[in-house]
Amino acid sequence: MDIVYTIWLRNVKRYLRSKSRLVGSLGMPLFLLLVLGFGLNSVVVLPGMDQGYIGFIMPGIISMSVLFTSVFAGIQIIWDKQFGFLKETLVAPVSRLEIMLGQTVGGATTAVIQGLIILVLSLFLGLELSNASGFIIAVLFMLLIGLSFTAFGIAIASRMEDMHGFQLIMNFVIFPIFGLSGALFPIDGLPEWIRSLTLLDPLTYGVEGIRYGLLGSSQIDPSISFMILSGFTMIMVVVGSYLFRKISI
Amino acid sequence: MYAITVKDLVKKFGDFTAVDNLSFNIKRGEVFGLLGPNGAGKTTTISMLSTMLKPTSGKASVNGFDIRTNQDEVRKSIGIVFQDQSLDEELTAYENMDFHGRLYRIPKSIRQKKIMELMKLVELDDKKDNLVKIYSGGMRRRLEIARGLLHEPEVLFLDEPTLGLDPQTRNHLWDYIEALNKEKGITIILTTHYMDEADKLCHRIGIVDRGKIIAMDTAENLKNDIGGDVITIVSSEREELYSAIRSLSEIKSVEIHDSSITIGLQNAEKHVAQIVNTASEKAITIESLFIHKPTLEDVFLHFTGRTIREEEASAKDKMRMMRKVRRR
Repeated sequence: MDIVYTIWLRNVKRYLRSKSRLVGSLGMPLFLLLVLGFGLNSVVVLPGMDQGYIGFIMPGIISMSVLFTSVFAGIQIIWDKQFGFLKETLVAPVSRLEIMLGQTVGGATTAVIQGLIILVLSLFLGLELSNASGFIIAVLFMLLIGLSFTAFGIAIASRMEDMHGFQLIMNFVIFPIFGLSGALFPIDGLPEWIRSLTLLDPLTYGVEGIRYGLLGSSQIDPSISFMILSGFTMIMVVVGSYLFRKISI
Repeated sequence: MYAITVKDLVKKFGDFTAVDNLSFNIKRGEVFGLLGPNGAGKTTTISMLSTMLKPTSGKASVNGFDIRTNQDEVRKSIGIVFQDQSLDEELTAYENMDFHGRLYRIPKSIRQKKIMELMKLVELDDKKDNLVKIYSGGMRRRLEIARGLLHEPEVLFLDEPTLGLDPQTRNHLWDYIEALNKEKGITIILTTHYMDEADKLCHRIGIVDRGKIIAMDTAENLKNDIGGDVITIVSSEREELYSAIRSLSEIKSVEIHDSSITIGLQNAEKHVAQIVNTASEKAITIESLFIHKPTLEDVFLHFTGRTIREEEASAKDKMRMMRKVRRR
């Protein structure tokens, strides 16, 4: 545990220290929230949504923020590889599993912080937190998204030589995961084939879980969301640590 | 008791044999140098000894522990300073040390004391709370050496410790390394392609070329192998010169190289006139001539027929340098 803590500590320290990255990564979600939220608020009417379209996408934008931060935190291993720091960790008498878990928990922590910042900003835009348990449920789902996608990032980073493939991953993997997740639209009204794609996307269950926590209603039963997302998290941690074990410098 | 034993160690990357049947032993408390040009297999050897790379075949042990079967114990026994920097620039020097101490599970009370002690040793204690980002190259190196010593290793690996440092900083680092060996009795194995570095620091030197050790002895003995002093003559008529002076009785060895010939002999100053006279009798033009005490550079030339030069930087090193530039 102490090794996991050590690596977690480094990640959190680095995150808190680079203010520009912290603020910079708020830009995109906030932009989407404002533009889509206010832009479409009057046009889109969702039955049963008191908070309007902007209220509907707030959980989606929070998930997006957590998703991007965590994938990025995982992929950061490539930087450690290029800047040489990874060697320092790998040559120490600690297991690779401990290193990988530390990185995962660290990445998830920063991702949840990032998500919480968007959540707090959403409060100013009309989000109302009705009860504490809802908030805790939302944080729990944020944590699961954070853990699974940091592990996902580590898995990718373990197979990548340098940052050249980063754009590719962003455009062809991360954006589709976000786009298909039901973060921006209700999944019930979709044509059947898109709906099934949406249900294959693990982020959908994260978004739905956070939506249940913050708004009190969701289209997928929160316990089902929880089970599927937990399962996905476990698979990702196993895959991530397997691939990380084989990383070579 | 040996600190390191290596027996028939081989590492292949596909068809390429980076390390070819390497065998050597290093005594406790010894400073051992692996000297050779870029791409000779020095770093690969270090990587295997530090358990970062698995050997293709062969055996090796560090501090009595097998590098294949007892990785954790090997890792606890060694400190390592990599060829490329391995610090976290976003953390302070102290935090880098602290991270290392925690990774090696050094209890807090000892850790804090040790860190301060080592930071003092490398004269960075007043800058311990600065981010590594703003450290100079020499300061980073010193910090890395201090970090490598934090868990009190039996064996310290230094992979090209002074690469890219200015002469002053290099001298300074050499003093540290010598002091470490003398005062703490740490076994040090270092790789370098600087002759003077190996000459100054190492008790014994193994000359590595193309994955093999081609000579291993003290610097003194290696130089004696050449046979006293060295006269280097640059001339376009090397073949003629070679046959003209070959028969002179004082000359111990003559070798023809790309643009020069080197002559090994005792008391070079006395006999140089004779060589020049012989050359002018045969109407051989000498472009330049110099006499010097043998350096390891001559030793390397003697054993491999090639000079170690930085221009030899392999494609890989060039790429690495380009990458470093791009990062800035």
